Amino acid sequence: MQILNGLQLGLLLFLVASGLTLVFGILDFVNLAHASLYMVGAMVCASLTLSLDNFLLAVLLSLPITAVVGWVVERVVARRLYGRDHLDQVLATFGLILVLTTGAHLIWGPQGIAVPLPQWLQGQVSLGETLVLPVYRLVIIATGLAAAGFLFWLVNYTRLGMLIRAGASNRQMVSALGINIELLFSVVFALGAVLAGLAGMLIAPITEASLGMGNNIIITAFVVIIVGGIGSMKGAFIAAMLIGLIDTLGRAYLDGAFKLFMTSEAAENSAPALSAMLIYIIMALVLAFKPKGLFPPKVR
Amino acid sequence: MKHTALALAAAALAGSLHAAPVKIGFVTTLTTGAAVIGKDMENAVNLAMEHLGGKAGNTPLEVIFADDGFKPEVGKQATDRLVKQDKVDFVAGYIWSHILLASRKSALDNGVFLISSNAGPSQMAGSLCHPDFFSTSWQNDQTPMALGEVLNKKGVKSVYIMAPNYAAGKDMVAGVERSFKGKVLGKDLTKWGADAQLDFSAELAKARESGAEALFVFYPGAAAGAFSKQYHQAGLAKVLPLYSVFTIDGISLPKLQAANFEGVLGSRVTQSWDPTLDNAANKKFVTDFKAKFGTYPSFYAAQSYDSIMLIASAVKATGGNMADKAAIRKALKAANYESTRGKYTYGNNNIPIQNFYLREVVKDGQGNWTTKVVDTVYTNHQDPFASECPLK
Repeated sequence: MQILNGLQLGLLLFLVASGLTLVFGILDFVNLAHASLYMVGAMVCASLTLSLDNFLLAVLLSLPITAVVGWVVERVVARRLYGRDHLDQVLATFGLILVLTTGAHLIWGPQGIAVPLPQWLQGQVSLGETLVLPVYRLVIIATGLAAAGFLFWLVNYTRLGMLIRAGASNRQMVSALGINIELLFSVVFALGAVLAGLAGMLIAPITEASLGMGNNIIITAFVVIIVGGIGSMKGAFIAAMLIGLIDTLGRAYLDGAFKLFMTSEAAENSAPALSAMLIYIIMALVLAFKPKGLFPPKVR
Repeated sequence: MKHTALALAAAALAGSLHAAPVKIGFVTTLTTGAAVIGKDMENAVNLAMEHLGGKAGNTPLEVIFADDGFKPEVGKQATDRLVKQDKVDFVAGYIWSHILLASRKSALDNGVFLISSNAGPSQMAGSLCHPDFFSTSWQNDQTPMALGEVLNKKGVKSVYIMAPNYAAGKDMVAGVERSFKGKVLGKDLTKWGADAQLDFSAELAKARESGAEALFVFYPGAAAGAFSKQYHQAGLAKVLPLYSVFTIDGISLPKLQAANFEGVLGSRVTQSWDPTLDNAANKKFVTDFKAKFGTYPSFYAAQSYDSIMLIASAVKATGGNMADKAAIRKALKAANYESTRGKYTYGNNNIPIQNFYLREVVKDGQGNWTTKVVDTVYTNHQDPFASECPLK
């Protein structure tokens, strides 16, 4: 049960992190505003769900909309910053977060939007006596796996994927070979936006679409791509699963484990603190032993 | 994010130009997802100012809003700025206990009166109580204590507890544990703040496995909608009935109604105020609030309205003479104003001694989702920390 919960969190993380690792790895661009694209995806999908009264249709419509938002952000903001220092990029994308969040505040107001699910997604399935899972969580797992499969196919078996891999390894060489690097960058950025948006849309019916929702996940997503190796899709997937499972299992079992050798009050206080820290401890360990992450892309 | 609601203009028109205005700083959350609560409080404060005509007696009042960004350090800075730069006479507001705790010294050490419109941390009711600190809400433990009594009455033998990991979350847990006579089979404190944890799958699975008879939660603001949806999506309504405080309220209900989330109808929660409470001040407040802003006010709004009315009553009683602190203190302590919860008195620690009601979520005449009082759990209840407060 908890493993499935961890899997679901891991897949959502993967969707966000894969976009981030694409943009960071290939464009060498630190995009803090990735989190805002996640929020935009969720907000757009939420309003469409309410107006169309159909969650699936809203998701399908929101995907191209987030792609367009990503495309515009790349053209207007990101493009000017590729040659600049990482710190400039952090500064600019942090500003972008403020702009997008305040923009969303103006459009949708401060209150979040609760997203209704269609009836057939609201139920639960029982797998065995104690194992009862909400259908929707299974849908998230399935969608996440499908998206991961699609990315795997895209990166490993298509010409675009070949260019993406080549770009992650050596950008100059790719452009020297006469590839339209500008177009490639726009496509990659939009793809990243769609992935982040999809994650936002999937989580919205569970938590609800709200202004600061991206801030929670972006830090964790950075941890994932650092642990996985920047620019590596495989690394992002495995690290996301790892982090998702560690986080969930930590929350689930740590206080029980602590109670074995502490007073129950001390365990109640220290377990939440430690489980919140757990993923950063993992990151520190990985950085200490494999500074490039678990699966760094070859020839960097 | 600071904007000034000027009642000054109205006051100037009324011809009392000679009187210096009494300034009230109002700290609440105006950004992040929790801004939905702050907005409700801001609306209520503006409504209070409108009802007062911008004046207390002959003294004009001015309210300056400030944002705490849902962070203790930002809330403290906002308080510092109000006290040192804007030179306010009162600081009111504060949704969150950890922010109030961080900000208290900024106001109290500079001789500024501090009025909590919501947060009621146990520390400030007990050992940290102060003659210049007043509350128009409650002490955190009281509402969950009332809920614990409700559980006892229902014959519930065991509960599982979930709350956010911050000052008020811990008080809420302590409160229900204080009055509940059955067993607590498990407890989860989850991450809170601007990057709060909103996915409760792991905790809900643990709650189900614990075999408890009921689930007690405290998830205020934006987390409320997220929690109640996941609770119902997980199919727990049948096996693990939900008892909550400050979770299903005037903030979350309109949103849950927009998503047509019928699972919450019939939920029962405890509170010191309700829109259906039968007194003149409350009727006027609820009617005008609905007419002006289109929704039912939340308890946050009612308590914020009360904060302004309490301050106004003290300013009026002393003729606007802010130099006489002792007189202001005495006038605040008298609580001589029309509170939306009806008449109450202050205990030695300046926390209201008041009733706590059991409320049920219902549809009103127009089909809007709201709450109504079904029972009175505590009459004139004093918080358990009053005895630790050295004030007489």
